[in-house]
Amino acid sequence: MANNPPASDTWRLAVDLPSERGSNRCVTDELLAQLGAHGWPEADVFAVHLAVEEAIVNAIVHGNKLDPAKKVHVVCEVSADRVLVSIADEGPGFDPAGIPDCTADDRLEAPGGRGVMLMRSFMTRIEYNPAGNAVVLEKRRPPPES
Amino acid sequence: MPSHKRIDVAKVGDVTVVKFVDKKILDEAGIQELGAELFSLVERDNRRSIVLNFDNVDFLSSAALGKLITLDRKVKSAQGRMKMCHIRPEILEVFQITKLNKVFDIRGEEAEAISAF
Repeated sequence: MANNPPASDTWRLAVDLPSERGSNRCVTDELLAQLGAHGWPEADVFAVHLAVEEAIVNAIVHGNKLDPAKKVHVVCEVSADRVLVSIADEGPGFDPAGIPDCTADDRLEAPGGRGVMLMRSFMTRIEYNPAGNAVVLEKRRPPPES
Repeated sequence: MPSHKRIDVAKVGDVTVVKFVDKKILDEAGIQELGAELFSLVERDNRRSIVLNFDNVDFLSSAALGKLITLDRKVKSAQGRMKMCHIRPEILEVFQITKLNKVFDIRGEEAEAISAF
């Protein structure tokens, strides 16, 4: 269980995950615990959880294609007013601009293709590298009153 | 009554009320099982009036959304109707962002959903 740190504290974790479904469970659970310990409200914890889950599953399944020889590299930083998660896979990358709009009338009932839109909506910033095989997710909130 | 692992199923009059066993619907194997159990309500058990009660659900991933969309299509193509209720605000926001609130019939309380058939 995470302790309650001073507001100035930043928690960091860097981990390489195997390309197996569910391999992110431990790091996700620890990240969520740290968000709670740093005073992030429940709605923001949900938002970060959703974005990170979607991004890591994309990296494992679509990026590394479940290849056991490839890893997903995850770096997390949590402070009282900012959470930053970078996720990189070892696949060839993709063009995030090429994802069709899942809210278009003819795509509304498509079974997939919503992960990146949810990541963009729930985070303050998401940014892919030019190759499209690494993404940075950032969420900010006003600093706590002293 | 067939047994399910991922859902609890009850009948209220002619309406089938489904509750989810898992608080977090995110792992692939669980989502596949969930989908199979939901689809069997329509395809095997011929349920035509279904309420999905999300009271127990704290989190769901986009993969779970896919199963809900497929279930909704199956119900509609069988001339049935499906409603959802008791959805926490953050999950409601997921439906709004993806505009699935235009596809799904979303109600507040279970009683309201049942009486809307």
